[in-house]
Amino acid sequence: MIEDNKKIMKTNTLILHTAALFLLPLQLIFSVFLLLRGHDEPGGGFIAGLVASGAFVLYLFAHGVASTRNILRVEPHDLLAMGLLLGLAAMFPGLLYGEPFLTAQWWEFTLAGSEIKLSTVLIFDIGVYFAVLGTILTIVMSLTEAEE
Amino acid sequence: MLYAVLSGFILAMFAPWVQRLAGDRSGWILSLLPLSLAVYFASFLPEVSRGEVIIQQWIWLPGMDINLSFLLDGLSLLFALLISFIGTFIIIYAGSYLKGHKDLGRFFVIMLSFMASMLGLVLSDNLISLFVFWELTSITSYMLIGFDHEDESARKSALQGLFVTVGGGLALMAGLIMLGTLGGSYQISELLNSGDALLTSSLSVGMIVLILIGCFTKSAQFPFHFWLPNAMAAPTPVSAYLHSATMVKAGIYLLARLNPALAEHWLWSASLSLFGAITMFVGAYLAYSATDVKKVLAYSTVMALGTLTVLIGIGTQYALIAFASFLLAHSMYKAALFMIAGVIDHEAGTKDLTRLGGLHKAMPVTAIAALIAALSLAGLPPLFGFIAKEALFEAVLSTELYSNLLLILALLSAMLVTAIAAVIAIKPFYGELKTTPKAPHEGPLGMLAGPVVLASLSLLFGLMPFLPDSGILTATVNSISSEPFDFYLALWHGFNLPLLLSVISLLGGIALYHFWSGNRQHIGTLTRQLSRFGPEAGYFKFMDGIVFSADWQTRVLQNGKMGNYMIVMIMTTVILVGYTLLSQYGFRLTLQASDVAFYEWAIALLMVVSVLYAIQTRSRLGAVASMGVLGFTVALIFIHFSAPDLGITQVLVETLTVILLVLVLFKLPGFSRYSTRFEVIRDASVAISMGVLMTLLLLAAIDTQYFETISAFFLEASYPEAKGRNIVNVILVDFRALDTLGEIFVLAIAALGVYSMLKLRAEKNS
Repeated sequence: MIEDNKKIMKTNTLILHTAALFLLPLQLIFSVFLLLRGHDEPGGGFIAGLVASGAFVLYLFAHGVASTRNILRVEPHDLLAMGLLLGLAAMFPGLLYGEPFLTAQWWEFTLAGSEIKLSTVLIFDIGVYFAVLGTILTIVMSLTEAEE
Repeated sequence: MLYAVLSGFILAMFAPWVQRLAGDRSGWILSLLPLSLAVYFASFLPEVSRGEVIIQQWIWLPGMDINLSFLLDGLSLLFALLISFIGTFIIIYAGSYLKGHKDLGRFFVIMLSFMASMLGLVLSDNLISLFVFWELTSITSYMLIGFDHEDESARKSALQGLFVTVGGGLALMAGLIMLGTLGGSYQISELLNSGDALLTSSLSVGMIVLILIGCFTKSAQFPFHFWLPNAMAAPTPVSAYLHSATMVKAGIYLLARLNPALAEHWLWSASLSLFGAITMFVGAYLAYSATDVKKVLAYSTVMALGTLTVLIGIGTQYALIAFASFLLAHSMYKAALFMIAGVIDHEAGTKDLTRLGGLHKAMPVTAIAALIAALSLAGLPPLFGFIAKEALFEAVLSTELYSNLLLILALLSAMLVTAIAAVIAIKPFYGELKTTPKAPHEGPLGMLAGPVVLASLSLLFGLMPFLPDSGILTATVNSISSEPFDFYLALWHGFNLPLLLSVISLLGGIALYHFWSGNRQHIGTLTRQLSRFGPEAGYFKFMDGIVFSADWQTRVLQNGKMGNYMIVMIMTTVILVGYTLLSQYGFRLTLQASDVAFYEWAIALLMVVSVLYAIQTRSRLGAVASMGVLGFTVALIFIHFSAPDLGITQVLVETLTVILLVLVLFKLPGFSRYSTRFEVIRDASVAISMGVLMTLLLLAAIDTQYFETISAFFLEASYPEAKGRNIVNVILVDFRALDTLGEIFVLAIAALGVYSMLKLRAEKNS
């Protein structure tokens, strides 16, 4: 039984192995797309974070924890911390403009013909993205490592 | 002023890099911040000493009357100056004292955050922001006291300090909310003029008791004084800072700050005088009985805090003058003496007074600074401590409440403190040279700068009392008294009763000093006997009781069977909610099946089938998969009712849940039926009753509308106000951003919980 588990934790299926390699960047790009368009269309930090975690989890199933750690380069709980810090950072700019704490601030400008909307809301959403990604990867990786 | 407060937190974030880059000089570099803050605050001196009050406000949560507003008057300016000025020397000192320590960077992070929290506390004009900074000082001081976290006693002391001060903090929060409600404002500057409403309400006694508990725990008043000497486990720069200008003075600060509003209440002055006097005497006695330099100093801080409390309690003009002078005098000599104790410990290797002697040849500068600071502690002319002590006697003579008791206790304490001062100044430095663990030599410049400057200031202010007097103390006194008045401090008041009392206390002190060495044993035994009945013993009993009851309830309630938890939780919900639903709303079934489309029936059928399959299947994977089907059908419903965001989220969450379940499932042994027939029926009826309850609840919710829904507002305001067309996202990141922030913190805590549980288990196994 336990022998079987290890096989499932790190499959040797060639198709999944190869597919995960190509799917990971695609899914990550898709997650960034979802993140950035989230304010107007379906998407946003939470959903995008889930998609990104799905990408890494798929890769983890195909290639194992060690290899996932390698491509991730940072500890998953550092991602989590970064998400929280970004979330906190988005609260303060309002104070500088004499508005209540957490009031959204917008900086709009046109760049090469297209309108760009930057805001503390976006920073906050990126924070949510990393917090979700960090949470899921921390849990999944700890579970798989406990398994091995 | 906002930036002045925040600058400490910001620098704290970068302190580790500064430390790594600058190495041994990091203390000097980081001290530039408190130094520039000191200069910044000093620039307000002319305005404030003219009696002006500066109020600056930043909006924080205006809907709840919570603002980041700052109030700069005599009292807060005096504290802000002490915090930043002494902080400068503490940072320099720490860089030198902890040179080469592996966690020096971390130390600066906590120290600077602590300093910033303390500044925020004394400058806050809003009760809630004051409370936030108050708690921040408790947490950062916890980390400072437990800085040597590999030492068990440091951890224990840190935890004790945290429990006592945060426990008091809870009481204080309730007290401050009552204060804000009774006074009709959370702004301190408005509360002070709110008149009798605070004093005549039936709630005022409760409010005052709660506030006093908060202040007494923080400022180590009897019977909460025991945490403070234990906080000596901290590195010396921390003790020097915590004891002189910060942490323990926070309670005193708040008492002084609220004094104009509450002084007229009988409970206020009575309890401040009584508890303060007991603390003063107990502190002085315990200081006399200790032999560790740091312990002696710590207990003498307890004595000083008691004295300050008494003085606020007496509340006459003399008393408030004495309060301001004593506060200044104490901060200077206590910081100097603690830093000197650190120098002795650092350079001679011990801080036991009975093992030190004859160091003045090896450490001449330290010896002279110690002598001056100790003379100020003893209250001898021409030092500033003398002026403060004269004012103290005058204040005690001016009171009517408990006047004899106060006079006796003040005189006894003064004698004991004179003896302690003599012990500190003479024992380590003069007499025969004793062999110490390290060959003694003079401390480095960084460690001597603070004691020398502060001791010289004690002397300067003593010789020229008009400097502190017209500079800041008059303004301080005027901001804590209800009516303004002028006064002049002087060294020489002529032959009067306070001078006589000073002479008596000096003679008594000299007698007690001679008694000190010979009777160590008797005093030690007596103190040990007494401490068996002291409040610290009570603290330990209380903590044991908490552990015991936690143990008990874990055994009874949390027996490790998931099924039992579920049954308890679900049945509690079913009974409570079900009862409320039936008694308030009644049993109504209003089902309309006519407008349900065909495919909606199909989705519902799919749901039921997947649930039935999950219940009866013998394969775990099958059960997980069919639960997944259930989740996806729910997502279908979301999409069908045009909530694409919810639908996507549901799909993604379902996917990840299945993955997580699969990961966990492989840990489990093979499938077999454990439940008896009875258990199956019991579980089924629990599940069914929950399902029925939720159905009824939903039907009732659709049927009744108590409030107008808020969705119309969101639809309308989403684009014009938040520049977003996706309402779900706008709600998450803008309208309800604070909720989301809370949620990502919950996520983080859950993840760290899983991480640490699995890691701990892995470590245990290996």
